[in-house]
Amino acid sequence: MSQEILDGLAVIVNEVAGVPVEDVQSDKSFVDDLDIDSLSMVEVVMAAEDKWGVKIPDSEVKNLKTVGDAVAYIAANQ
Amino acid sequence: MTAAIRPITGAAHGRILSVGSYRPDRIVTNDELCERIDSSDEWIRERSGIIERRHAAADESVADMATVAANEAIERAGIAPEQIGMVLLATVTHPYQTPSAAAEVAHRIGTNGAAAMDISAACAGFCYGLELANSLVRTGSCAYVVVVGVEKLSDWVDFDDRSTAFLFADGAGAVVVGPSDVPAIGPVVWGSDGGQLDAITMTQSLIEYKTEGGDIFPALEMQGQQVFRWAVGEVAKVARQALEVAGVSADDLDAFIPHQANMRITDAMVRALKLPEHVPVARDIAYTGNTSAASIPIAMKAMLDAEEIPHGGTALTIGFGAGLVYAAQVVTLP
Repeated sequence: MSQEILDGLAVIVNEVAGVPVEDVQSDKSFVDDLDIDSLSMVEVVMAAEDKWGVKIPDSEVKNLKTVGDAVAYIAANQ
Repeated sequence: MTAAIRPITGAAHGRILSVGSYRPDRIVTNDELCERIDSSDEWIRERSGIIERRHAAADESVADMATVAANEAIERAGIAPEQIGMVLLATVTHPYQTPSAAAEVAHRIGTNGAAAMDISAACAGFCYGLELANSLVRTGSCAYVVVVGVEKLSDWVDFDDRSTAFLFADGAGAVVVGPSDVPAIGPVVWGSDGGQLDAITMTQSLIEYKTEGGDIFPALEMQGQQVFRWAVGEVAKVARQALEVAGVSADDLDAFIPHQANMRITDAMVRALKLPEHVPVARDIAYTGNTSAASIPIAMKAMLDAEEIPHGGTALTIGFGAGLVYAAQVVTLP
């Protein structure tokens, strides 16, 4: 399940920010490793909301530091 | 007794006959603004796509800029100012509660005492005005209507606020709307969400400033991420609806001219709309900044003059901003 979410998230991050799919790994920080800024992060979150039917409020977005954080949040709230 | 009131008949349809614009002379670079905010040219370009913007002179008013743009639109339309029945002026930066800037402009452009009023719909103001003009022409209340979008946002920005100082700028754009035999302004899709009043607002009201004072004159403030999420999510859906109700597919478009809010919002909207790559997209913000109500007509004229988009082509226009408010329609380009 988590692998499916990770794979889907990698596609989203690639579409939004042009980051190679293979670089999107659980331990990677969105900001420090993948160079995803706050606006791109909003786009990633919105695409994830659409794809998995979850709600990720703005207040929660700042807690999603790594790709793994996002995968875990989506898996838990799906 | 109830007397019979004579009905009036308007034009079958309305269309944009012409567009004019005005950009202030003074170019303000990112580096100049960074003397007061902790930012950089690179950061501003990455986050907003803005390379430079224009600021009006201290003695240059909203009405001054609007008059230049309106005069150009009237000249290009080939009509006489006396034929204009209404001046609709969209702005949030005219510094008088009353009288309106529209009345001054109607006088200065030489109308024969045309009806005149300002519209307060922020960055959606031009698209709101366009639909009102279309309605006035079709009901027969007016033969021709001038719609102006104009802002002097530099008067209402805190140049020490690093989230807004680089964004907002000054300018004016105007169109003449008149009769058409064929539909040339599509059905509007518009609305508001007052539940998000705080997304883009003023730091305080003028009355609070008068009674409580403060170091900073009331200035624009914005929740950037909240606005971004709304624009890319909800507003992009509005754009899609405007295409649907007009019976036009994205593939048929010759131009996409969204309000120039932020290049990143434009990019994300293009992705959300799945806009075909062959459709030219307005990216005037790079050299003009965010001029709120003025941004769509300024961008439209720039693209037409540069022959990036064809006269008589089909464009999707969408305005969205403080309120929150939004409006979108498909139009035939002048």
